Amino acid sequence: MNSRDANKLALWLLLAPFLLWIILLVIIPHAGMLLLSLKEKVAPRVYVYGLGNYIDFIREPIYWNTLLRTAVMSICVTAITLVLSFPVAYYIAKVARTRMKGALFLLCLVPLWVSDLVRAFGWIVLLRETGLISGLLQSLGWVDGPVELLYNDATVMVGLVYTVMLFMIVPLVSTLDGMDDALVEAGYNLGGSRLTVLRRIIIPYAMPGIVSGCIVVFMLTAGSYLTPILLGGKNSMWFTEQIYDQFITRFNWESGAAFGIILLLFTSVVVWLGLRLSGQSLSTTLAKQ
Amino acid sequence: MLNNRSLGSWFYSAYIVAFFLYLAAPLFASGMFAFNDSVFPALPWQGFTLDWFFNDTEPKLGMFHDRRLLRGLSYSFWIALMVSCLAVFVGTCNAFLFERMAFPGKGFCYILMILPLVIPGVILGISILVMSSNIANGVEDTWGYDWEFLRPGLLLVVLGQFAFTTTITSLVIGARLKKFDMQMEEAAYNLGASHWRVLRTVTLPFLRPALIGSGLVAFLMSFENFNTTLMLVGSEAPLTITMYDRMVKVGSTPVLNAVSFFLMMASGLLALISVFAQRDKQP
Amino acid sequence: MPMNYDLSCVSLNKSFGDLEAVRDVSFDIPRGSFFSILGPSGCGKTTLMRMIAGFESPSSGDIQLKGKSVVSLPPNRRNVKMVFQHLALFPMMDVAENIAYGLRCQGKSKAEIKRRVADVLERVSLPDVGKKQVSQLSGGQRQRIAIARCMVLDPDVLLLDEPLGALDLKLREHMKIELKQLQDQFDTTFVYITHDQSEALVMSDHVAVMNQGRFEQVGTPQALYHSPGTPFVAGFVGDSNRWNGWVIQRDASGIQLETENGMSMVSTNGAPEARNGDQVSVFVRPEAISVQPIHAKQQQSSAQVNRLQGVVQSVLFNGANSRLLVRTADGQRLETEYPQAGGHSGINKGDSVQLQWSWQQSRCFLN
Repeated sequence: MNSRDANKLALWLLLAPFLLWIILLVIIPHAGMLLLSLKEKVAPRVYVYGLGNYIDFIREPIYWNTLLRTAVMSICVTAITLVLSFPVAYYIAKVARTRMKGALFLLCLVPLWVSDLVRAFGWIVLLRETGLISGLLQSLGWVDGPVELLYNDATVMVGLVYTVMLFMIVPLVSTLDGMDDALVEAGYNLGGSRLTVLRRIIIPYAMPGIVSGCIVVFMLTAGSYLTPILLGGKNSMWFTEQIYDQFITRFNWESGAAFGIILLLFTSVVVWLGLRLSGQSLSTTLAKQ
Repeated sequence: MLNNRSLGSWFYSAYIVAFFLYLAAPLFASGMFAFNDSVFPALPWQGFTLDWFFNDTEPKLGMFHDRRLLRGLSYSFWIALMVSCLAVFVGTCNAFLFERMAFPGKGFCYILMILPLVIPGVILGISILVMSSNIANGVEDTWGYDWEFLRPGLLLVVLGQFAFTTTITSLVIGARLKKFDMQMEEAAYNLGASHWRVLRTVTLPFLRPALIGSGLVAFLMSFENFNTTLMLVGSEAPLTITMYDRMVKVGSTPVLNAVSFFLMMASGLLALISVFAQRDKQP
Repeated sequence: MPMNYDLSCVSLNKSFGDLEAVRDVSFDIPRGSFFSILGPSGCGKTTLMRMIAGFESPSSGDIQLKGKSVVSLPPNRRNVKMVFQHLALFPMMDVAENIAYGLRCQGKSKAEIKRRVADVLERVSLPDVGKKQVSQLSGGQRQRIAIARCMVLDPDVLLLDEPLGALDLKLREHMKIELKQLQDQFDTTFVYITHDQSEALVMSDHVAVMNQGRFEQVGTPQALYHSPGTPFVAGFVGDSNRWNGWVIQRDASGIQLETENGMSMVSTNGAPEARNGDQVSVFVRPEAISVQPIHAKQQQSSAQVNRLQGVVQSVLFNGANSRLLVRTADGQRLETEYPQAGGHSGINKGDSVQLQWSWQQSRCFLN
């Protein structure tokens, strides 16, 4: 029938841009990267397929350490972000009145509107020797001379949390927004304390939002480049720096590709573990949006 | 956490205030030094000046006279424009695809669509770099053509940013399309409209707030993107890369603060426009 | 083939997989009449309407408008216009643009559009609202605009999909009368689907009662009310008291039967094919059951009545529609009339009463 053919045509017309986009810009490039990572340079312009790049990675302790360090710090950042953001998200979704709600949400988005670069730059201005905090501490008399607050792990974490916070707040607010106030009120009405209501009603309800926020935050943090480098200095030891190093500085594309694949695999495994532990799946969290 | 005039409630409010201070601190600090009359973006404060914006002589070269920065600004603008147009177009197609159509493997495709958001930007960048270099090298070796556009440069930057901004536009437009009452389309058909006319006069006007909003978001995200761009950039550098180069290699003057301040104001303005455009006129 | 039918459906069937939504439905609607399709949720009336409008295609059967088959025409080419359940007025256009939409699709000139829009707004008594936004109108006004938007196109048939559902009671009562007047004025065939039997009975020339995909009965409102053809119609249209039982004896005039609870009853209305021992059900309308205090003298001496005794459980006062809930000796609860001649009748909760109704008003069906 005519309308059925028309439907099929519409389906293909709509499918075409999607497929072109995904296949040409996501699937094929990653497949190519995987292939490249399996090439080893045996002699100038001679390549052989093998796991050499990966073996090199395992053999060099510095690569391994960097990866682990990145992963551990990313997990910490994710946890900290969750703890810091949840009260704010709850406030915006439930406690604030409608006008305040929109304004507060907008304010939260402010750091996103400016670049990663501007944000990191702002922290540098605040925290370095000649920066504001140092000046403030000096004028208060708490320190004797200029104090260098940059170039250490804590600062990097502060900067990273700042950068990714809104990616945790947005899914949390949208999940909590959908929660019926009556659920919490019923919890109190039936005799629950604040802690009980939080633990047994609010958090389980918000779990899909929490998990999807954590996934996004973790991947963003692990893949972050500017913030660790600018705030951590030369010995920041962040894995993306290694990738950049291999690619641009050493022009060892095979190795760089291998590192890229390793980063992807590693973070995927962490995400998968997290999903299993919390009893969710990709379809209940990310795909729910 | 409900209405409770207790110490806990006071702490809660204080926490929220502290939180927003934390949000504002680096932005405020960075912007502040744009007005400092000193060659270093640092204390001590040496007086208020607008030189870092408008002055045209060294050593205090203002932002609007700094050739490289202005060129970077212009590249960023055009890249962002192209990326947002492409992303809104493909995003609209995706929205219709996932909201209206049924086909085998739809759930899998939906996850594929979300992937570019979670893949680290650096990896998106290098993967596209690898692919395009392979193609360019292959073409050069086989036929001798030098396809410049596949080497790191503007086209690759656009493609790289387009790859993940499309996910965002698809989600935003899709969310809006989901709220659309199909009965309105049926009413329009019933009144005699053709498919194309229904799309043009009923569905797309309904989607307009989402189209504008997602377009602005795509523009902003492209403008401020760094990780993916870093891997794909050639000799024509957008603003973020130019600023980074300045910062790391040459050392920064407050002109970078001035640029930051300008970016903050401009993004804030764009985002406000986006919010107003998305305000629902329907009851 | 008689050409004075605006809409005819011939043996329509529609199945969704295993679910048969519409089963062998056929009917003809004469020109200029008000036809209702009445049935509970899920009976298939919405599917039937969507087939007529063209949004679903029938698994088999034909649909004819003014004698011509339209089953192969897409929905935007049939001259059947539809008022949707939630009206589906376009929020991004003002009232005049909404009404003009169909005319624009037909490519009419601006002058003609303007004239016809003003004309139809006059006819629905809303001459000044053209420039207003849809959100500024009241519920009743939106109804009329939705109808105007369809009527301006001079359709052969207007379909209305439960349009009064979202309105409150007073407005609904008012709109029933309005709709009937509009139909008279435009002299178009209206096909109205609803689950509310009072809407169907008040407005229609003919009503089709639909259940589980089939038309149980088609007739005038009076015929459906007084002569229901199936147990479903008897129970669905209007209120009824119902007994199940079996035939003890049947003769030329009627049936003597015994109910499940052991009560004896006679019916001279219905079930002509029932034989001794068959299972039957009996329906009696509440207003047919007269009520008197238990020790009052029998006023009606006619022999052809069924009698019962019981105790008044509640008085359901509802103005002219007042009823009594009476619990009879066999444990059943009946709704009866509430005699109010001259004000308060003197029957209260807890009183013992005697009930009687005629054999003719006991409508009987073979199960």
